[in-house]
Amino acid sequence: MLDNYLSERWINIFIDSFWKILLPGLKLTVPLTAVSFSFALVIAVVTALIQFGNVRVLKQLARFYVWVIRGTPILVQLFVVFYGLPSLGIVLEPFPAAVIVFSINEGAYASETVRAALESVPKGQIEAGYCVGMSWMQIMWRIVLPQAMRIAFPPLSNSLIGLLKETSLAANITVAEMFMSTQRIVARTYEPLLLYLEVGLIYLMFCTILTALQHMGEKRLQTYGGRKMRQGDAGHR
Amino acid sequence: MLRVRGLRKSFGSLEVLKNIDLDVNKGDVVAILGPSGSGKTTFLRCLNFLETADAGSYTLDGKTYTLGRTSRKEIAEIRRKTAFVFQNFNLFSNMTALQNVTEGLITARKMKRYQAEEIGRMALDKVGMSERAGYYPHQLSGGQQQRVAIARALATNPEIIFFDEPTSALDPELTGEVLNVMRQLAGEGMTMLVVTHEIAFARHVSNRVIFMDEGVVLESGESRGFFEAPGEKRVREFLRALEKRDV
Repeated sequence: MLDNYLSERWINIFIDSFWKILLPGLKLTVPLTAVSFSFALVIAVVTALIQFGNVRVLKQLARFYVWVIRGTPILVQLFVVFYGLPSLGIVLEPFPAAVIVFSINEGAYASETVRAALESVPKGQIEAGYCVGMSWMQIMWRIVLPQAMRIAFPPLSNSLIGLLKETSLAANITVAEMFMSTQRIVARTYEPLLLYLEVGLIYLMFCTILTALQHMGEKRLQTYGGRKMRQGDAGHR
Repeated sequence: MLRVRGLRKSFGSLEVLKNIDLDVNKGDVVAILGPSGSGKTTFLRCLNFLETADAGSYTLDGKTYTLGRTSRKEIAEIRRKTAFVFQNFNLFSNMTALQNVTEGLITARKMKRYQAEEIGRMALDKVGMSERAGYYPHQLSGGQQQRVAIARALATNPEIIFFDEPTSALDPELTGEVLNVMRQLAGEGMTMLVVTHEIAFARHVSNRVIFMDEGVVLESGESRGFFEAPGEKRVREFLRALEKRDV
């Protein structure tokens, strides 16, 4: 009897809360991830190019940025921006504050991925670019970056999946995303096990979709070589 | 057409090029020979500013530049008149053969795409690669890649082409197709400066030979006389060793 009652109650709560969790996921978690990651990519490419191109002064700045961001917890960064900056008169809404922190944080990590990818493009192609009269910027934009981004694609996809889950930390600065919505439902229903498993399942769904997208993207990117031999090896076939 | 005087280059405290002189006239095919580590590749790279020489004077097409103090603009000016073919081809791997040839024309020289493609197809045709215009580098053999690289050099209509051991990364059976293209260019009067280990090419195609060792030019002269009666003992030994290898 009691068992029956319990399972029925669980099923009802599960179904009832599914949309209540999924909806903030679609309205906040997904946009927060997408917007932050887009900004992060721009930051990462610029930061990586500055280091790759050995731009004076800016290079030190880029190293400093990566050092500080990678060396401090993202939760601390969220708190500094959201709860700390108001002391300086800078008051941010929760969502923009979260976007800023996640962009800057992810940008630092992704910049190392992009930098490694830039380094992996054979240097000879850069020299060849110079020899046909191209400028450094043209060579980066037309030759090195397209190849580097293909190499960086799998690890960046990894970061994107990581970021999606990491956005749950935004609950700490009152962004009512999936995790916070779940917490609220738990407070009402006293079913922490069921509901936290449920939100975990919904995160898993999102990540499954991203994984599928990654596989599709990797297939499309294989047009000029894929995993086959790289140019430098070609002569020693 | 190209004249170099007193070119010097050090890597740290190691002096790799000690006071090198060079004269190349229009239509010359000059072979640079020498054992590995003699500085011949570094010398060639200095001529296209892939390495920066420390000192010397550089005259191209009647205009003289001071090495070690060349501005970015001057380097661009020189590179517009020269082309470089690498040992490892260095084709842009994200581009097809045709795109490899047209890229410099379109992005650096602001040529219209259709115009660049016309020139590109002509250049590919010249090296016998027009049928592979749409292929990516990884789909081509080493010899074919090198021919595309030569087409890329030709497309910019250079006054002189620098070749850095263009066949050294190739399997022996593939060197012929590249050397044939180079022989054909020589026949058409293209000015070429070629760092090579191909004695046959140096002997039969080039009209002048420079022998470098330990950062200096040990001997130079007309190809014919050079191979028949090299003056320096070091040169004789080198040639003998190479001939033994070829047998």
